[in-house]
Amino acid sequence: MAGFNKVVSSYDEAMAGLKDGMTVIAGGFGLCGIPEGIISQIKDMAVKELTVVSNNCGVDGFGLGLLLEDKQIKKMVSSYVGENALFEKQLLDGELEVELTPQGTLAEKMRAGGAGIPAFYTATGYGTPVGEGKEVKEFDGRPYILEHAITGDFAIVKAWKVDTYGNCVYRHTAQNFNPMAATAGKITVVEAEEIVEAGSLSPSEIHTPGIYVNRVIKGSFEKRIERRVVSKEAV
Amino acid sequence: MLTRDQIAMRVAQEFKDGDYVNLGIGIPTLAANYVPNDISVMLQSENGLLGMGRYPTEDEVDADMINAGKETVTAITGASIFNSAESFAMIRGGHVDFTVLGAFEVDVSGNIASWMIPGKLVKGMGGAMDLVAGAKNIIVTMTHTDKHGNSKLLPECTLPLTGVNCITRIITDLAVLSVENGAFVLQERAPGVSVKEIQAKTAGKLVVSGDVPEMQF
Repeated sequence: MAGFNKVVSSYDEAMAGLKDGMTVIAGGFGLCGIPEGIISQIKDMAVKELTVVSNNCGVDGFGLGLLLEDKQIKKMVSSYVGENALFEKQLLDGELEVELTPQGTLAEKMRAGGAGIPAFYTATGYGTPVGEGKEVKEFDGRPYILEHAITGDFAIVKAWKVDTYGNCVYRHTAQNFNPMAATAGKITVVEAEEIVEAGSLSPSEIHTPGIYVNRVIKGSFEKRIERRVVSKEAV
Repeated sequence: MLTRDQIAMRVAQEFKDGDYVNLGIGIPTLAANYVPNDISVMLQSENGLLGMGRYPTEDEVDADMINAGKETVTAITGASIFNSAESFAMIRGGHVDFTVLGAFEVDVSGNIASWMIPGKLVKGMGGAMDLVAGAKNIIVTMTHTDKHGNSKLLPECTLPLTGVNCITRIITDLAVLSVENGAFVLQERAPGVSVKEIQAKTAGKLVVSGDVPEMQF
């Protein structure tokens, strides 16, 4: 009996069941905190027509940018997609659809999706192209637009440490969208730098409780840096 | 006419001791270099960092520590790190005291256009729409005119908007202006710039009352 043990030993097992046309919610901000091995696995599986929900779409040749190479993505839901020449080309050629979503609204859509809240009102985007065609309601004299939650067939998450029960801890700003993504997948797969025994993380330090997590795999990460900016000296 | 750094210096004069501030990419980010020594402000980076510090030294570079511009950064003493929903809760919920961001256009109703030029490739709004919808005080920094000399302070924005009725203060290379009751109100002039020049380069309604002081640095 596996009980609460969520650990799988191969990427094939980790992403078993991913099919053409599915929606995948991905954690990460730029290249920071992305599940690198899972993304490579999706590339190797050659599934097509994916809808990918992620703040960004990686860069050419790395991160979610890898999934553009064989045109596996039909639609991206993102707040900013400006780092990727192949993305631009496929967008201009009409091979890729993009739904630009304000960053905070995107985070809240994932959070709401995982929390069983079907939609929410926000002032963000009212009076802009984002608000077009959306229901408007006033509260205390201020107009808000109705935004719908997002859930995914899969959520792919990068953690720093995860225990065998799927309890996750993120490191520094590699946290970003990962906790919300983790809650919003029908199947949530966590790729972590380190898998530890249940009980070795303090219950108080857990960012994502294991109840949200279905599968856990140990990854190896390049952790590429998108914009390396350094100071000459510590001031 | 102010340089980019001088605009940033003037922006930094707006901050008060104890303010939480979100700085956009470009001139706004430079303002961090000019915070007066006798006050403390804490910088919020919307990817989930409150208490953003300087860029790291080579030894300190950490792929897991970046800012919203995806640059490597450090955290200051007393910083906190959190997820993106939490980050935008503090933005949308009005807990961030100041947001400073750039713009293509601002109009007399306090509307801002900063993310999309029709016919050009759209990269996305990132967190800008959430920031302008949420912060208590929003300062726009930009040049007063575009490179063709056209005013960027308009009766009505022509480009797709980032937010409506949200801009209260604008700092350009020529002037400091507030937005009040459907007009720009001239508060300060850049050193050596005349009221007449500012009037000529402001397309939206401009209110000038009394002697307009020069900015002090």
